[in-house]
This record gives sequence, structure tokens and C-alpha cells, in this order.
Amino acid sequence: MKVLEVQGEQDDFLNPPTALVEAQGTTLNARLDIVDRMPEPGDYVIVHAGFAIHTLSSEDAHKSLELFKDLAQHG
Amino acid sequence: MKNNRITLDHGSGGLATKELIQDVFLARLSNRYLDRLEDSAVIGIEGGRLAFTTDSYVVDPVFFPGGDIGSLAVHGTVNDLAMQGAKPKALTLGLILEEGLLFQELEQIADSISRACKEAQVPVVAADTKVVPRGKADKIFINTAGVGLIPEGLELGSHRAHPGDAVIVSGFIGDHGSAILMSRSNLSFGAEIHSDSAPLYDLVATVLEKCPFDKVRLFRDPTRGGLATVLNEIAQSSNVRIEVDEGAIPIRKKVSGVCELLGLDPLYLANEGKCVAVVDSGYSQEVIDAMKELPIGAHAALIGRIKALDVSQRPVVTLKTGVGGQRIVSMLSGEPLPRIC
Amino acid sequence: MVDLEQVFRDRQMVEALLERLMDKLSGPLSFMEVCGTHTMSIFRHGIRTLLPPDIRLVSGPGCPVCVTSQTDIDRMVGLSEIHGVVVATFGDLMRVPGTAGSLSDARARGASVEIVYSPAEALNLAGSKPSSQVVFLSVGFETTAPVVAATVLEAQARGIENFSIYCCNKLMPPALHALFQDEELEISGLLCPGHVSSIIGAKAYEGLCARFSMPCVITGFEPVDILTGLYHLTCQASEGKAFVENVYHRAVPQDGNKRALALMEKVFEPTDAHWRGLGTIDKSGLELREEFSAFDVQRRFEIEVKDSQQPKGCICGKIIRAKALPTDCALFAKACTPTKPVGPCMVSSEGTCSAYYKYGSYEEQ
Repeated sequence: MKVLEVQGEQDDFLNPPTALVEAQGTTLNARLDIVDRMPEPGDYVIVHAGFAIHTLSSEDAHKSLELFKDLAQHG
Repeated sequence: MKNNRITLDHGSGGLATKELIQDVFLARLSNRYLDRLEDSAVIGIEGGRLAFTTDSYVVDPVFFPGGDIGSLAVHGTVNDLAMQGAKPKALTLGLILEEGLLFQELEQIADSISRACKEAQVPVVAADTKVVPRGKADKIFINTAGVGLIPEGLELGSHRAHPGDAVIVSGFIGDHGSAILMSRSNLSFGAEIHSDSAPLYDLVATVLEKCPFDKVRLFRDPTRGGLATVLNEIAQSSNVRIEVDEGAIPIRKKVSGVCELLGLDPLYLANEGKCVAVVDSGYSQEVIDAMKELPIGAHAALIGRIKALDVSQRPVVTLKTGVGGQRIVSMLSGEPLPRIC
Repeated sequence: MVDLEQVFRDRQMVEALLERLMDKLSGPLSFMEVCGTHTMSIFRHGIRTLLPPDIRLVSGPGCPVCVTSQTDIDRMVGLSEIHGVVVATFGDLMRVPGTAGSLSDARARGASVEIVYSPAEALNLAGSKPSSQVVFLSVGFETTAPVVAATVLEAQARGIENFSIYCCNKLMPPALHALFQDEELEISGLLCPGHVSSIIGAKAYEGLCARFSMPCVITGFEPVDILTGLYHLTCQASEGKAFVENVYHRAVPQDGNKRALALMEKVFEPTDAHWRGLGTIDKSGLELREEFSAFDVQRRFEIEVKDSQQPKGCICGKIIRAKALPTDCALFAKACTPTKPVGPCMVSSEGTCSAYYKYGSYEEQ
């Protein structure tokens, strides 16, 4: 899901950080307590049960996509 | 009203009840039947067959994006009649109010009922209100009954689907169910999904104008249990297989997005302003075009076909998935539950 | 902007991958998919119906509710019956039949049981009900455990004392090691879980792969992901190779999620755990470390449970171990259905029996 805004900081257990994320026309506040790298707006996060578990940059997301396309076409 | 909440006194049958009926209901639902305040309404019926239905509404939350329990009650009841091709003639309203309900909320609901009745051109001819102590009901429960006249020569039923027939849906699936789930959910979602609650008689009437009666097999509205449940019921009643194409089913992107996040299947979510029509395949285009003449049918689509069962095969609904695979669409069992992993 | 999600459901890509897979196939192969989310996705998209008959897919022990022992279920129900306790649970656990009924039955009898979507919700519930003891039923694998760890740390920071957890979290790799020790189990390759792998990393499967010469491919949940995963497994198995391959690069780093692992490490330590169907497996579960033991509900309450009994005739244990299919069970779709389940596999949203019932061809179609 694409990250639109980020609030708060990791390790602040009193005010856990969240990100406003968007996919398919839906927005959601995803928790960032356990994500490996704090995302920035424009990054993508993999969300599981309301929590972000992995951050990847927009470049990485597209690269990953290209790899799949390649495989399907050429192997 | 001095008090701004419903009290047990309002349910006693005495002066407070009279004032409640006058100030909240008659002020908004006045018609020559209801105004008489007799024990029964007396309605003239031209010779023919009556469609007669009853429904109860316990929706939570009572107010949701796209409607409330009041408009839902009217739409749901007239739609049950419309599914038999019947123009709604009269409705009754039974209300159970929880002590402590805010008057303002009750009036809002009554306004909603009034608007929905005007839109559907149907009077509420009889009504009743009761009040129960705090905690014995959840704000307000509504029971309705409805009658309508079925045009002569029209024979519709879930048992009438034939192999070869077309399965058509009048628009986007899953809106109402997802709107309700999102208003109840503690997750902070940003998508705005509105209930599709709306009256369907005009849609049905338009279809019946364009399609000969003997070419229309049935209408069903996929409310509780969703499209999947209604299709299974048709398959069982008609003893057929229904083959549906996932890619052809109209679903809003927002609805499928929310369903993905919540781990739900939109095929099982309630719809309150949609219908499924099964018609002779030669008329499927006419029916879709007729539906599209009205705003609520703008996204009507052919979603599947009726097929004969093989020997010893049981009635079933099968789905061709978006990637070309096949699976069964079963009846809804239990409430949709969230995922864990 | 390319719709990333739609690409992973692209029909042409799926067809192209299938073709490549069939080119590589040189004999019958059996792959295990271990994650409940994979099981559901495979059914939902009808992937089995696309695969050639030489490829068999079996489900493994990747459903956390299904592998929770009967004793633990009974203890959870027992907890809910203690005066002053409010049990907060994921919805999946509500209808799992314990020896003396389910949580849903207990609620109908007056117990306080609330469905939550996350442990954070349970903590907020505790904050809003200071006179109740809110207990979160912590069931899940390595994707859930870090979240629970963060919640415990939050509870500590906020000074919320009326919150505790019933810790039932389990670890995936030890269970896989235990499972594959069964010499009768003939599996040509393992489709590794997606999100668990985001946390533990691709490297977590290297030991398993080496010990059992088992091809391991980590993949995501969309149809294109799954077909890619199966294609790579077919390549490895057909060529007699066995290595760990990660095709879920967008979600799974080689070393996993260090932060999540650190949170887990801080709050929990490995312990022996009892798995339905697999028995007790060394260091396969988690328990709270001593400094957080105040949040362990078993330190706060004595939970009384009479003899826990496995439901009669239920073969969930075998199904979890891939020794039987749901259709092999005498109760399946007859005495055991989603509305009247006998075992957890029929009631969990990730249970194999539930998937077969809902989507599968339990009759000739």
C-alpha cells in the first residue's frame, strides 16, 4: 500500500507511530510499531492485520514488478 | 415535547402514546387510511393476486452512510413486493422503542420513513408503537408488512430458471454490507462507501415493459447473505447449476479494497437496492438496456448462465475466477470473521 | 500509475507462467503450502483447477487457530468464565469447540467475550474498563508475535495494569522440522509462508532445506505470486535441486525484519509448546520473559479445566500433518460443517476443512 503521511516515531510506546496508506481507493491508518524501516511519503508498505511489516521504496516496488513480468515472458 | 427522550410512559397507550403518534408519526405520514386511527385500515383491492410480505429491521448502527433504519425498512419491504412484480399498495409499521431513545433520533427516522414512502409512492396505512425498558431493545426495532398487486399473467419464482437462461444483476454488489461493516469497525478507514438502499419497483416495472412476461423467470433481491446466497437458493429451487463469471460481476473498487483488507468476500455482503434477474437468454440485452434507463440500473450486467445438472450432480453455483480457474460459491455459513496469522 | 495490485492478478501472466511450469514438469510432484492464507488464496482463485494433474498441493500446519491444542482452547473458555474477566479475541477463535463448548457458547451463557481485530484494540479496551481484567488471547505465528510484544511494551509504558495475555504464540520453523521428520510424508517442495517470512527472513529456511533436501520457495498470496512460486518449485524438483528461493522480494528481506525480531526477543522467549496434531515440539512456542510476567494471565488466575478431550471422530490432527484430506474425514460436510463444527479446521478462516467446504469440490462437479 502506498504511504501518504507518517506520524509519530518508533519506540514511542505512548504514542505509537502510524501512516496513512492508500490502495485501490481505500485509505487506512496502518500502525508502524514493528516495521523494519520507517517509511516516508511515496514509499510502499506491506500491511498485515493493520500493521506495516515491511517498507519498500517506490523504485523497489516497480523493480519487483518488472521481475515478475520478465519471468512470465522469458524465464 | 418537554422530555427529549422516549420513556416507558410513551408505550402505555394513554395520553403520552397519543401525543407520540400525533406529533412524530401523523405529522409525517398522514394519509386517508392512517389518519382514521382505527384498529385496521380498510383498503379496496381490484380482483387479482396479492403479494404480501413482512420484515423486521434491527440494523446496527441505526444511522449509516446512505440511510437509516427507517428508509431501510421502507425500501426493504417495497423491494420484497417488487420482486414479485407487485407495485406496492400499502405498508404497515410496527416500532419497538427502547426507553431513553432520543426524540431527535426518532424524528429523524420518521422523516426518513416519510421521504422513502413518498419516493416509493406507498402509504403507511397502519402502525403501532411499543416502548420497552432500557436495555431490552437496541434503540429501535422496526417490523413491517407490505401488500401489492401482481399484474395478471405474471408468474415469477425461484423454481423457474431454465438451462440456457441469463443471470443479470442490476448494479454494484456489496455496497450496503460494506457500508455497515465500516461504520461498525474500529479500524480507521478513509473510504466512503454508502449503502445502496433504494426502492426497486420502477426498475422492475421498466424491465416488465420491455420484456414479455413469459420470458422473465424471476427477480430476487440479494439482501442478507448477499449475491452468493440468493444464487444458491435459485440453483436449489430450480435444480440447476449456475455458472458465474467473476470478471463480469460489478463491484466498486473501494468495496473490493475494503473487503481485501478485512478478509471478506463481497459476494456475501448485503445489498439493499439491487436485484438479480433471470430471463430468457434471447432477451438479456433488452433487460440490461431497460435497467440502464434508470440511474439505479446504470451498471447492470450479465454475470452468468443457468446450466443443466449432470446426472447425480447436485445444484451448485460455480465461478470462473479472474485468472481462469474454477471454484464453488457456497451458501454463507456463520458471520464473516476477520483473519489472523 | 500502474495499479500494482491488479498486475498480480493478471490472467495473461498466470497463463504464461502455467505454460512455463508445464514445460518444466517431468513427473508427478507434491508441494506443501504451509500458510493458511495461501490455502485460501489457492482456492479462491481456483488455482488447483488450472494446474496439471501431475501437481498435487497439500496444506500444512499454517493455521494458528487449528494448531492450538484442545487444552488451550478449554483453558481460554475457562478464563472467560472467571468473574471480572473480559476475554478479547480474534473472531476466528469464537466458535472453536472446546470440550465444554466454545467461547461463543460461553458468551451466550453470560461470559464477557469481545472480538478484536488487533491486540492494540484489546489494550484500549482495558484502558476503557478499569474495573475489568482484560485478557488478550494471543494466538498466531511470527507475524503476530511482534505486534503483541509492542502491545505489552505499550501497556507497560501507559501503566495499564488490568491487561494481560494468554500466550499461545507459536514458531513456524520448529514445526516444519518436526513435520518433515515423518518419513512417510512425501513432499517434493515447500511453498513457504509469505508474511511470516517478512519477519523471520528467507534465511530462516536454510536449515530445513539442507536437512531434508527440500526445495523451499517463499512467495506472496496473489495468483501471479503463487504460480511463480510453483514454477520455481517445479524447476528445482525436476532438476533434483534444493535451495531457498525468495520470489516475494517486495515483502521479504533476506534477514527478515530486525526490528520486529528484536521486539519479540525483548518480550518473549522460546518455550516448548503443544501443537494439535503434532504433539509437543521443543522451543516451538513463546512465553513472556520474567520481567514481563506480570502480563501473563496464568500468573494472575488459576484456570480450572476438567479433562480436555479431543472431539470424537475429528481428524484435524492428521489434516494438519498432511496425512489426510478433509474429504477423508467421515464427519466432513455431514456431522462437521461451518455452522456446527466439530474441530477447529472447519471453523477457522484459514482452516483446510473450511476452505474445502467453502470453495472445494467435495462432490463431483
